[in-house]
Amino acid sequence: MSLSPEVLEPVPVADAAPVEKGVVGRSPGQLAWTRLRRDRTAMISGCTLLLLMLVALAAPLIEVLYGVGPHDEFKELLTRRGAIPLGYAGGVSADHWFGIEPGTGRDIFIRMVYGLRTSIFIALASALVTAGIGVTAGILAGYLGGWVDTVISWITDFALALPFLIFALAIMRPVEMRFYGPRDEVPVWFRVTVLIAIFAAFGWTSTARLVRGQVISLREREFIEAARASGAGLGHILFRQLLPNLWAPILVSFSLAVPAYVTGEAALSFLGIGIVDPTPDFGAMIFRSIAYLQTDPAYVFFPGITIFALVLAFNLFGDALRDALDPKSSR
Amino acid sequence: MSLLAVEGLTKHFPARGGVVRAVDGLDFTVRAGETLGLVGESGCGKTTTGRMLVRLLEPTGGRIVFEDRDITHLGGRAMRPLRQELQIIFQDPYASLNPRHTVGRIVAMPLTVNGIRPPGGVKKRVQELLELVGLNPEHYNRYPHEFSGGQRQRVGIARALALRPKLIVADEPVSALDVSIQAQVINLLRQLQRDLGLAFVFIAHDLAVVRHFCQRVAVMYLGRIVEIGERDEIYERPRHPYTRALLSAIPNVAKLGESEGRIRLSGDVPTPMNPPSGCRFRTRCWKAQDVCATEEPPLTGGVACHFPEGAS
Repeated sequence: MSLSPEVLEPVPVADAAPVEKGVVGRSPGQLAWTRLRRDRTAMISGCTLLLLMLVALAAPLIEVLYGVGPHDEFKELLTRRGAIPLGYAGGVSADHWFGIEPGTGRDIFIRMVYGLRTSIFIALASALVTAGIGVTAGILAGYLGGWVDTVISWITDFALALPFLIFALAIMRPVEMRFYGPRDEVPVWFRVTVLIAIFAAFGWTSTARLVRGQVISLREREFIEAARASGAGLGHILFRQLLPNLWAPILVSFSLAVPAYVTGEAALSFLGIGIVDPTPDFGAMIFRSIAYLQTDPAYVFFPGITIFALVLAFNLFGDALRDALDPKSSR
Repeated sequence: MSLLAVEGLTKHFPARGGVVRAVDGLDFTVRAGETLGLVGESGCGKTTTGRMLVRLLEPTGGRIVFEDRDITHLGGRAMRPLRQELQIIFQDPYASLNPRHTVGRIVAMPLTVNGIRPPGGVKKRVQELLELVGLNPEHYNRYPHEFSGGQRQRVGIARALALRPKLIVADEPVSALDVSIQAQVINLLRQLQRDLGLAFVFIAHDLAVVRHFCQRVAVMYLGRIVEIGERDEIYERPRHPYTRALLSAIPNVAKLGESEGRIRLSGDVPTPMNPPSGCRFRTRCWKAQDVCATEEPPLTGGVACHFPEGAS
């Protein structure tokens, strides 16, 4: 059997003269970014997140443009008996895009814009604090080993064993009572701080575990030994050599922690121990809306669908980020 | 005067049900500008020795003397200036470079952590080093994953050279590379050794590579040196039975088909947790007598054997 002529024909050599594409190499991060850009789910969920965050950031501007504030009440648009909004779908109109709240007559759209702000701020702040504590604890436990590892792992296990919701329910009131009298108004910033502290106290453990595992697998790698052989100190090894190799798992756990905190905060507010009513918040809104489920079903619809979109977008983006950062992982 | 002197160097690792005697009493010296090859089978303690020399592992016993200073138990701060004189090249070019750092940053790392500002700047020095090891200095900003194994190993060599050391421990620097690349890297190391007057402790299991590179050779078996001497002495007139067996295992194209002269060792290497009494090689040695089981032969005249070749 003879080879066909086209096989023998010298193929035009594409790589004979490799085009020097600049001397700047592409970092692993840049490669991940390229992969992320090609992922349609990542782009759609990323844009949704960006849009929601922009709305949250620009809430005062939106208020000015929209012409209604989160605490303005429109009692004249409610029925006299039962205080149910007049008109269709909970009073949706050109002035009140998502209708108005039954009972108080406040505008739902602008309250959601501000509620988004509360939710995203608490979730992002909690995730940041969590990541900070978790990474520090995990990296120290993983690299130093020995008794440091034993102590940190023990605390981690202990915190993971505590039931979060019961603990949060139990601690919120006593903490408030400790600083404010039973009749005092508890300021919003205080409630927010306590919420973030509770989330951080429970959330850092999973990040710490993840980072610890990664560090243990990196610790014996020869580039760490090379740094030690050159006389590098602990700080250099932990933060210059190890940390750059941990960004991928940290980013992924961060982006998956944020939606968990969004729902966590909404759940606590729903149970009445998070953010309480006059402050715009998703959890508190959904809690109020339950009472009107039969008379005004549109009230639960808008905050419900928005929090759903927010959490879904965060989760999808986190998954896509993991795939982009670690192309070998197949799900 | 010797640059490096090792006396009774020992490393025992605690293990389940005892201790692993990875290295059990080594004595050798390295002169300035000399290359000493450390050969032996896997698990004989070569790598552990190398790690102890650059103080990545703490010796259990013995002394390491570098330039007349005992560095065996020197603390971090006191060790710093000496770390600059003692560097290491690693076996695996894929694990020895931080994947998130550019080549420039990797090579500059020893300068950065020691706070050294070379004349003309760090970047200029790094580019000189890259050129010295045969890499394009323009590749300063590239990442390790963009290089081949041989090129990565060159980056590792450049990093080891950054502090202008006097002694480099090369831990199987070519065993992870293709044969065609091995020669290039070995020739580079030889050239650097001549040009810069470096001393090397060259750890390898490939006897042909060691013969090409080293002036003196130490053969290790189960944590001990069984024979040490000038390269030609070892290769032409091996005296320890283990050395003879190792050398006879090198395939020789000229003697293809002849099985005569080939020594086959039977059995496995005994566990370093419980090494044989007396001479450690006696369980696999064809010359073993009763005395080998009771008395450990000392390393005299470069060989540790009760019945060395050429003596009877």
